[in-house]
Parts: sequence; structure tokens; C-alpha cells
Amino acid sequence: MSELTLTVMRLGFLAVLWLFVIVAVQVIRSDLFGTRVTQRGARREAARPQQAARQQAAPPQQRGQQGGGRRGRNAPTKLVVSEGTLTGTTVALQGQTITLGRAHDSTIVLDDDYASSRHARIYPDRDGQWIVEDLGSTNGTYLDRSRLTTPTPIPLGSPIRIGKTVIELRK
Amino acid sequence: MSSTSNTPTHHTSTIGAIGAPSRRNTELALLVFAVVIPVFAYANVGLAIDGSVPAGLLGYGLGLGLLAGIAHLVVRKFAAYADPLLLPLATLLNGLGLVVIWRLDQSKLLQSLRGFSPAAPRQLLYTAFGIALFAAVLFFLKDHRVLQRYTYISMFGALILLILPLIPGLGANLYGAKIWIRIPGLGSLQPGEFAKIVLAVFFAGYLMVKRDALALASRRFMGLYLPRGRDLGPILVVWAISILILVFETDLGTSLLFFGMFVIMLYVATERTSWIVFGLLMSAVGAVGVASFEPHIQTRVRAWLDPMREYQLSRQVTHDGILHSDQLQQSLWAFGSGGTLGTGWGQGHSDLIKFAANSDFVLATFGEELGLAGIMAILLVYGLIVERGVRTALAARDPFGKLLAVGLSGAFALQVFVVAGGVMGLIPLTGMTMPFLASGGSSVLANWALIAILIRISDTARRPAPAPAANPDAEMTQVVRPS
Repeated sequence: MSELTLTVMRLGFLAVLWLFVIVAVQVIRSDLFGTRVTQRGARREAARPQQAARQQAAPPQQRGQQGGGRRGRNAPTKLVVSEGTLTGTTVALQGQTITLGRAHDSTIVLDDDYASSRHARIYPDRDGQWIVEDLGSTNGTYLDRSRLTTPTPIPLGSPIRIGKTVIELRK
Repeated sequence: MSSTSNTPTHHTSTIGAIGAPSRRNTELALLVFAVVIPVFAYANVGLAIDGSVPAGLLGYGLGLGLLAGIAHLVVRKFAAYADPLLLPLATLLNGLGLVVIWRLDQSKLLQSLRGFSPAAPRQLLYTAFGIALFAAVLFFLKDHRVLQRYTYISMFGALILLILPLIPGLGANLYGAKIWIRIPGLGSLQPGEFAKIVLAVFFAGYLMVKRDALALASRRFMGLYLPRGRDLGPILVVWAISILILVFETDLGTSLLFFGMFVIMLYVATERTSWIVFGLLMSAVGAVGVASFEPHIQTRVRAWLDPMREYQLSRQVTHDGILHSDQLQQSLWAFGSGGTLGTGWGQGHSDLIKFAANSDFVLATFGEELGLAGIMAILLVYGLIVERGVRTALAARDPFGKLLAVGLSGAFALQVFVVAGGVMGLIPLTGMTMPFLASGGSSVLANWALIAILIRISDTARRPAPAPAANPDAEMTQVVRPS
């Protein structure tokens, strides 16, 4: 084998090896999965006619699923952050427990010096009533003006204050 | 992040996860790339040594390709949303390992050594077993959280694996370290490699439960959170065990790996820097303490402090009854003669290391024949595997999966550091092997199992959440209207 061929192969191999590394890094770059923020304010008007149409089609089978009947009328469907850095964020309420705090695995991660890492949680009880519970936070969780000491049912629209953040449940 | 509420029109925004595509085709493309590179290297070695394309090219190429293909199909079937990079990266390293082992098999010097037998066919067989284990893990382990049930069983399992080499008759004292067991008819096995995975399961399960106690109950002193005395218990126990490993198995690598893995996981679980400070102090005290009386470790430390002197002593007849080894100096020369771009495949003289040239010192051959440019690429590939592991931990939704992924990738990273640091003279040599590159069955098997578990966790983490069930209440409230 000639010296030239071997030199070309040697440099070629290093190039191919580095190409692999670069391609792998490109894959990582295109793979950064984060969160998607959808702005909904503008599109709400446009979506309304469709929603109305769906509602008319829905009732027959919907009624069958409704068990108790009592909770249907006033059940909140979403949690809205109305004050603080996350203002405008909504979380759909689908029967799951929502945790609030500075910990990264919280449902709503609060970037707030007055919040504890596991500050509070909001969960439905057996009747579908949403309950807020303070998880032993340092600065407390306030429902309206009173500091929570026990798990408390949340009336629709009452502000829950955690540090600088205020959230409420809405229909 | 979200819209302001100052504007009169009330904007709301919804935060949701982007549906990650499965990316299996990306994986396949990278996998083809990862098989082609070793085949290229293989042809290159043959051309450099014999002037012709080696006869076994088709066999090795097809063998590696087939194994990679099987692994890919298994991932496609059982872990469709897994990370697309882990498998190709591991395949590339394993393929390059096969090439370099085959290349060292061609060395006349190594062939003349007593007890030589070609290691490459054996390594291909181990790789096949490794891929089989990989497939088995993905097939049987449908959800990594199942492992959480076996937290304390894993502890006993790991302890047994660690003690096995010390049992007379079963354990084998090879080359100064007692980390092998001999299985009649099958050869020898390093249980420590498997203990690494089992122990990560135990640490993850244990720390998930205990992390609050370990993180919260502490005093602040000089900017550090000092844990309470009784919370020091677990770290002291693990430290004591790793010291016992060091004393009885005389293996610095295994000992460092286990203690290091525990400290990493403890830090990740509690977010307290003080654990790292404690860990470093304790491992330094332990290592220095044991090195003061253990002759095998002393040999390693001497070779590390002055490799040239050991090299000269190994050329002379000495009567001090101490084994002098020229390996480290030969390894450093190999790295040095490689320079920036290397000598090219098959044209180096790393076979001068003689013993363990294709296992503990396999990195020296890469350093000589691919040069700094090549070794950086190899280390980057290891770095990428670790990065994907940590990324998996970030994306994982359950704390057990997070800790397990961090533990496994941390152990992997530590092992790479300990071996690379050892052969480059940064730290004393240890008896560990480079994952995937080095010749050795236990290492290949255990690391394929490790990659399989990471792929399982990343599949769970990246799988898009099932579409939320339509909320009947939402529609119901709007249905009622005056009739």
C-alpha cells in the first residue's frame, strides 16, 4: 500500500469519525423537546361557532356519562394564573392532582422566592370537588384572605395566593 | 413565557408538551453510519498491515450489521419512543472495539506471548450475547418502575455479586486484583460490572424514599448544609463497603465507582453540595489510608508517580520482590507518538504494552493510531452517551426513573474517567475496563444491559401522554339552555 493512500485513509477516517459526532450533535439539537406555548386569546372568537356545533351534537351520549348530576353545573374546567410571573397560564382540570411549587417536577413551577419547593397541591376529592392543600410551606397558602391550615374546598373564582402568584379555578 | 395581562383583551396561553416524534428512522440512519465506520477502520487496518483488504471483512461487517439491525428492530418494537442516539453511539464504540482488538490480534509481538489466542472472534461472540441481553431487558422490562419493587433485594444482590470474587474456589486472583470469578467451562466473569447496575437500582429506590430526610434536616455552616449525624449513616455504610472492597479485592476502580455513584445520586436526590464535599473528603481519606498498607495499590501508585523509573526497573533484575510494570510508560509513549493526527490504523506500536493491551490499555492504541483528534472523538462519543442518559433523567417524570438514569449514566461516566485517567497517567491505574471498547465479556454484557435500561427509561419519558379523556362536565354546563 502506498504511503499516500494510507495517509488519505488515515485523515479520511478521522473526518468520518468527526462527521459522526457532528451528525449526532445535530440530532440532539433537533431533538431538544421543551414545552409548546399556544396563544389562545386571538383564536377564541374564531373557534366559537365550531364549539357551538359540537355542543349540539354532544348531548345524547354526554348525559349518559354524567353520574351524580350535582357537580356538573359548577365544576371548574381550568385553573388560571391571574397574578405573578406566570399570569395567563391555564391548566386544564381533568381529575389529576396539580402540584405547585419551585420543585422542577411540579405541575406549575413557581419562580417565586416566597414559594416553597413543594408548596401546595390541588386535587379533586371523591365527589369531584376541588380541594387545595398546603404542603407545609414556609410562607403559607391563602384562600381569599385566610391562611390555609387544612385541605379546603375551593369555591369557583376565589383567589388562591402563593407568594406573588394568584391562581383561581374557572369554568 | 406567557402573555401579559396588562392588555385589556385577556390572553391566555396553554403550556403543553410537544409531541416528540418517535425518531426511529433517525436512529436507523445513524446506526448504518455507526456500522460503516468500523468496517472502514477494519479495511484500513488490513490495508496497512498486509496491503490487502482483510478476508474477514464481510464476516465482521455483516456480523456487526446484523447485531445492530436486530437491536434496532427490538427498540422499534418494544421502545418506539426511545432516545435515537444511545443505540448508535454504543454500536459505534462496540464496533471500534472489535476492530482494535482484531488489529492487536495481528501483532506479531502479541502473538509470540505465552497464552495468546485471538480475542476478536471471542469479542464478537460476547457482543452477540450483549445484544441478546439488550433485547431481553427491553422485552422483559416493560416498565422500569417495576425495578423499584426490588430495592432491598437489589441491595442483597449487589452485595452478593461484590462478595463472590472473595469466596475461595470461586474467586480468582488474576493479575493482582480479586475481581473475577471463575465459572467452570465458561471462563471468568467480573461480577462487579453487573453489581454496578444492580446497585444503581438499590440507590435509586432507597434515595427516592429517603431524600427528603437527607435534604431537609440540616444545619447551615459556612455556606454548607451540614447533615445531622444520623443522616450520615448511609454514606458511611457505603463508604465502609467500598473501603472493604479496596482492601479485600484490591481494586481501586470498583471501589471508586461504587462510592462515586452513590455520592452522585445522593447529590442529585438532595441538591446539597455538602454531600459532594463529604464524598470527596471521604474517598481521599479512604484511598490514602488503604494505599499506606496495601502492596498492590502501592505498586499502582508508584507506577503512577514515576512511570519512567518503573519502566527502567522492569528492565533490570531487581531483588526487592516487587512487581515492576512498564505498561504505563509504554502507554504514555503510545499516546505521545500518536501526536495530533495519529499514525494511522495498524501502524502504531501500542503492542509494546504487551499484557492487557487490548483490555485495560485499549485506549492507548486509539491514542497512537488515531491521535489526539481520534481520541477526542471517542471521548466525545462517551460524553454523548452520558449526556443522553442525563437528558433522559431530566425528561423522566418519575423520581425513581430520574435517579436510576442519573446513577447509571454517572457510573458510566465515572468508569470512563477512571480508565482514561488511568492509562493517561492522571490517576493511578485501576482494574476497570473501557466500556464497549475493551476486550472482555462481562464488560460488554453489563454495558449493553445498562444501555437497554436507559433506553427503556427514555422511552417512558418521551412517549407522548395519552390524549386526555374528554371532560363530560365541560360540555354539560353549556348544554342547558331555556327551551
